Formats: sequence, structure tokens, C-alpha cells
Amino acid sequence: MNKQYFDTIDETLYEEKLDNGLQVCLLPKPELAKTYGVFMTNYGSIDQSFVPIGQTEAITVPDGIAHFLEHKLFEKEDRDVFTDFTKQAASPNAFTSFTETAYLFSATSNIEKNVLTLVDFVQDPYFSEQSVEKEKGIIAQEINMYDDQPDWRLFMGTNKALFHNHPVNIDIAGTVDSIYTITKDDLYTCYHTFYHPENMILFVTGNFDAQKMMNLIKENQQKKSFDKLDDIKRQFPEEPDTVKEKNLKINMPVSIPKCAVGIKEPNKPLEGEEYLKRDLFVDMVLDHFFSTGGEFYQKLYDEDLIDNSFFFESNLQTSFGYVSIGSNTNNPEAFSAQVQEMLLSTKELEISEADFERMKKKKMGQLLRAMNSLEFIANQFATLSFKKVNLFDIVPFIQKLTVQDINTFLNTWIEEDRLATCTIQNQTVDK
Amino acid sequence: MSVKEIKQNENNIQFHMLPNKKHKTLTFAVKFRATLERETITKRALLPYVLKQGTASFPTRKELQEELAELYGAVLSIGGSKKGESHILTFYLEVPNEKFLPETTSLIERAIELLYEIVYKPNQEENGFPQRVFDREKETLRQNILSIKDDKASYANMRLMDEMCSGERYSIHAQGYEEDLSELSNQELLTYYQNLRQEDEMDIYVSGDFDAEQILDLLTRQFKQSSKKKEVPVNDDAPVQSVTSKELIEEDQVQQAKLNIGYRTNILYRDEKYPALQVFNGMFGGFPSSKLFINVREKNSLAYYAVSRMESHKGLLFVMSGIAPEDYEKALKIIREQMEAMKNGDFTEEELAETKLLIINQLKETLDHTQGMIEFMYQQVVGQKEMTVDELFEGIQQVTREQVIEVANQVQENMVYLLTSEGGEADE
Repeated sequence: MNKQYFDTIDETLYEEKLDNGLQVCLLPKPELAKTYGVFMTNYGSIDQSFVPIGQTEAITVPDGIAHFLEHKLFEKEDRDVFTDFTKQAASPNAFTSFTETAYLFSATSNIEKNVLTLVDFVQDPYFSEQSVEKEKGIIAQEINMYDDQPDWRLFMGTNKALFHNHPVNIDIAGTVDSIYTITKDDLYTCYHTFYHPENMILFVTGNFDAQKMMNLIKENQQKKSFDKLDDIKRQFPEEPDTVKEKNLKINMPVSIPKCAVGIKEPNKPLEGEEYLKRDLFVDMVLDHFFSTGGEFYQKLYDEDLIDNSFFFESNLQTSFGYVSIGSNTNNPEAFSAQVQEMLLSTKELEISEADFERMKKKKMGQLLRAMNSLEFIANQFATLSFKKVNLFDIVPFIQKLTVQDINTFLNTWIEEDRLATCTIQNQTVDK
Repeated sequence: MSVKEIKQNENNIQFHMLPNKKHKTLTFAVKFRATLERETITKRALLPYVLKQGTASFPTRKELQEELAELYGAVLSIGGSKKGESHILTFYLEVPNEKFLPETTSLIERAIELLYEIVYKPNQEENGFPQRVFDREKETLRQNILSIKDDKASYANMRLMDEMCSGERYSIHAQGYEEDLSELSNQELLTYYQNLRQEDEMDIYVSGDFDAEQILDLLTRQFKQSSKKKEVPVNDDAPVQSVTSKELIEEDQVQQAKLNIGYRTNILYRDEKYPALQVFNGMFGGFPSSKLFINVREKNSLAYYAVSRMESHKGLLFVMSGIAPEDYEKALKIIREQMEAMKNGDFTEEELAETKLLIINQLKETLDHTQGMIEFMYQQVVGQKEMTVDELFEGIQQVTREQVIEVANQVQENMVYLLTSEGGEADE
């Protein structure tokens, strides 16, 4: 077991890659009452085309299957795992994103038992025709609930405008039609390929003893056997660098129209420091110009183009990346035109040394604050590990960034043909 | 397990120091509490928007935000909320703890100075706040009031409350009213804010790893209030004793219908029966293991969510669920059956014991969060009942099966509200 102390944040991490390939990370925090554990696989809604374990031909599975699988893993032949956690006074949950599926619990007692329950239920699938059929009604309700949310429609609409073929343009949960075609065999195929320990990480943080916990997990894993897994071959369709649709309009009832400008990041797979640097720069630049103290925000505010629903977010992954800047606005056309003009102007802008020092301070403080949360530490550490980045190295890494680097990034970031707009508005009469 | 709280009443303000080593930040909270009133609510709703736009020394939002960035990305939030029949205006300021930062200059003093400015020295002109800020933020609030309709879950809650508590103080909207905005003058808003600072009940909290004496000293030097305060009763409306349930169905362009049910518990935070109500709620609909989730969602696949929540300062309980429009009758029947089951004591000793542990677990987790801890402690101020965490846990542990049944039988259904698709509820 590898022990590492990070002095900038005063945390000690214990880490080990087990014989079966599973990466286990433990971060004890004895001053807290709570423990949080997450068991995450490097598998999300975009991993639809791949070569199944032990086979040679690639297949494509229905939209929404990763999320469906997440729901179904809780159900066993004789019981629901929620009940097991409940009996041990823990709260379990799970989530599926474009790139990951995670199972988690939090508890203040029975920590060891709960960790084993987490590992065991994820590693012991039971799918039957009957239970797969039953789940379809629940997931259809979930999809309908999201479809009623204008913010969600705006989010997915922006991705649909940006991406031609990449599955990030499909809802994580799929569609009511696609989920009705899912079978139990599909679930097993995905499960055996992507839930291999080699493709997963277990992160536990909170109130426990690291050595005892590691021994317990090792002992548990030694009792199980897994097929050999070579590198998982994932396939993604060819994706042009330019956007699919400059202007996408969605009609649904809203009191105030919503509009977002999307930026499509270049299709260039990144990992390690290269990834981290770009991710930080995108984030810091957006914050600098568009946060409530930013110059661009001020301008949009002065021109009455935004209200306090204004947001910006970025999601940079290995196989895709996007940024979205949006708001409720009574004038979507002007909002979109203004934001695009601002983005294009960054080619000529320069961030001063003093501004950059303040940006670094802010980013470091934000990270420290986020690390108050066990969920943030565990989830972020796990997802970043799939991109070969260590969460705890970020604070010192930020201190090393230079103003030249960020200006180089800023001046090469935006291309007009990688910008698109999505608008949500009430039914209008088409000409 | 306990929460260390050092209390001091000084300058007519109640200070609460919560020193603990759980976090990498220090959190300050300044709270102003007054009776919920139809005449003042829109002003109270508008103030957070205006106050975030600048102070005397940092007159623009940009300058204020730059000062926050200099404090290593300190986060300021100002917001209003409703607890029972009172309204609370809260200023939160969270700064990284100096011990994790490369600089050693006193961040804390600078943070307290800033917090003081934000509360006491807003950017003001002769006749109010800067006119442009005032007009613009009125518009922001107006848009927010309008867009509640776009969030169907919140909208359904609001409609249920409007109709069920019609005529009661509790039904006043915390977000204010559109029709008040055009009448409201800038001067009026500033005068109201000046009075509020003197007349509201004021509490200040600090949570994090700090020296309580030092911080108290810094705070009491600046934060002061006069003694002409207004009393804030927790719950001055008489309890609604016996009710008959009403049904209201409204239509909207939705795919998923929202079925919400309101009940009267008439049990408040300070009441002896409150722990039993918490346990009741936990078993009925508070957790994924509860009757509602298991029966509405898991066994019948009728909903994606089906939960119950308590209003502890008014004595209400709500069920909230998202269902397919055609399943209305069926879902309502199943929800009512779960309530009947609770009233009949149709639950095991094991479920009772598990639920108690889940509640205690949830409370412990809340106390690990910096704002969670502050809100938990403040709940006791508003609820007019003080107890240690251990006493609270003990109270939950001692709840008996009979007490849960007794509480269940005290819960009365008051209103069924359905927000459904156009033409959706008629199917049978």
C-alpha cells in the first residue's frame, strides 16, 4: 500500500492497484463523522460501440443502456440492494454521466460492512427479462421528467447543435423508444466488458482506519475471479471539427426564452498535464470574463441581455469537449450575437499579470473550498484518474502556470465555425 | 458526538461561534429574521439582488468580485427564505482557511471587514441605491418570479401551498410579487433596509477552524444593533384543527404530471411529539426505503420520484410525486393506502429501528457540512427549542411504535393537487 502526504492540503492518501487490476484509494478523515465511498467504472452513455470482452467484432448497443444498467444493478434475484444499505444505516445512490457510471454510499456507522456491500453488489449482477421489463416504466418516467425541464432541453439541445455524430449528442438516459429495445443480454454484454476491475476505481474517504480497510478490500477481491481483459476497444464515429447546426431552435412552453452559445472543443484526445492545463485554462478564462465580476458579464448585464439565471460550464473529456454559456433572455438573437462576438474578440485580448495572479488565487481557493466535500474529493479524484491526473496535484500545478501560457491559449481558443446557438422558446409561426 | 457552540449576546446581536476542524474554510453567516408580511416580502426578496451589486468601498459588482477573488475566491451569497411564518435574510461569506494558503497576511480580518461593508455600507446615494442597479435588479426579480412556472416541481408546490393555506400567513410567497414591483420606490427600499438592520432579530454564526475569542472580538467591534427590536412570533396563526380534503386539478403543457398532497400535522419543532413525527416521516416517505418509494415507484413503476417532506415550523407535511398523467387515480390510491398503513401501525419493529438510524445518520452528515451545521443550529433558534445533538439523537431513539401510530393518526390530508397535461386527467 502506497502512502502519500500532500502538504498543500494536509491530506494523506493510501493507494494500491490490486492483482485483478482494481485501483483502490483511501483517504481517512478522522475529524468527520461521515464516510463516503464511490465505486466508479470508466464507462458512460457515450460508450455505445465497442468490442465485447472475449470477442473480436465491434457491436453497437441501444441508446441509454449505461444508465439502464445502473438502475438494474441494484436489483438482485431475491432483494433490492437499497434495503441492504438501509439496514446498515447508509444512504446509497448512483449516477451515470457521458463518460462514467458511479455507485456510492454515505454512512456514519457500519463503514466496513457498507464498503463490502458496495463492492459486492456492483460485482454481482443479476438481470432477468421480467425485471428489465419492469424498469422500462420507471426510466420512461425519468426521461419524461427531464423532457419537461427547459434547462435540460437547452443543455442537450446545445450538444445536438455542436456534434454531428458523437454520442454526446444523445440524452444520457436514451429515449423512451430506445430503452424499450434493451434486453437482459445487452446488459450482460456491457457489464462484463466495462465492469472489469481493470476499468474501475474504488475511492473511500472519511472516518476509518486505512490499513484495516485496505486488507478487507484485498481479501474480498481475492475471492473473486474475472476473465482476462485486454484494452477495451471503444469506437466513436468520425466527428468533424465544425458544428452541426449554427442555430438550433426548440419550441416548448417557457415564460422567458432561454438561449445558450456552445463552443466545440477540438477533437484532440488529451490526458495527464496536457489535459489538466487545458481544462484549467478553459475554466479560468470563462470565469475571468463571464463570472459576475467579469467584463463580458458586465456588458451583457448592461445591455439587459441576461438575468441571474446566467451560467457558463465546461466539460472537457478525452474524446470530446464543450463549453456552454447561457441565460434566460428576452432577446435570444442579440444575446447569441453578443456572446459570439465576445468570444471571437478573445483572439486579440491579453490577460495582465495582475489579473492572472488574482485568477490563480481564486481558482486555488475554489478548489480548497470544494475539498470540504467528501463527495467532491472522491468523485473528482476518480474521474480525473481516468484521464491520468491526480486531483491533489492541482493546487501546486496552478501556482506554476504562467501568464504567457494562458495568453497563448486565449488567442488560439475560439474559431467561428466551432460556435453554435441553441434557443428554447414558445411556439412561433414559421414563415 | 456534539457540536461545540460558544454563544455571546453583545450589542443586541446573538453571536454563535462553532469552532471545529472539519473544513478547509471559514464560514460566516449573518441572519436577519422578521415576521412574514405581505407588505414587506417583495422588498425582502429584492434586497439580496441589490446588495450583491456593490458596497461603499467596492461600488461596482466588478470591484466587489475582485475583492472576493483577492480573498482567494471567497464566496458571497445573499438570500431570503421562509421558515414557518417568519422570513430570514441570510448573508453567507466563506473564505479559505489561511493555514492552507501561501500567504500569511490576515485574510480573516479582511474578510470580516468586507462582510461588515456588505451588510452595513451598501453602495447608496442620496435617494436610495444607485438608480440603475435598482431598476435592473427589479427586472431580474420580476423575471425570476415569472420563471417559477418553468420549474414544474416548484410551481406545483407553490400552487398547492397557495390553495391549501389560502388566507394564512404561511402562503405568502418568499420570492415576492410581480404586482408590487412597479409601485416600489428606490428610497422606500433603502429605508426599509435601514430599519430591518435595526429591528430584525439578528444572529451571526462562524464555523471552521479558528480562535473563537479573537473572532468574537473582531466581530463585536463592528456589528451592532439598537435595542428597538420587533418580536418575531414563530407561529401566530392558530392551528387549523379539523380539515376536509379538497382536490384541485390544473392543466399545463407537461409530459409528466406532478401529484402533490398537503397534510396538517400541527406538530412543531418545539413540540414533544416532533421526534415521533420525524420517525413517521422517515418511514412514510423520507427515504428510498420508505413506503412511498417502495410502493409507488418500485412495486408499481408509477413514478420516478415519490417523497414526503415536513415543514417543521408550521406543522405541515407534503407528498410530492412525478407520475404519468393517466396514472393519477392509481397513484393517489396507493399513496393514501400508505398513509392508512402508517395509521394502522402496519410496519415492523425492524423498519422502525432502521428508520431511526437513517435519521440519525442524516443528521450527522448534515453536521459535517459547514452550512449544514449553521442551519441546524439556527433551526433551534427559530424553533424555540434548544438541545444538544446527543439529546436530539436520544429523543429519536426513544420514539416508540405507539407514538408513531399516534402521530400518524394526527396527520390530516388537506389538499390534493395535480398539475397534469392538457386533457390528461380525464382518461380512465
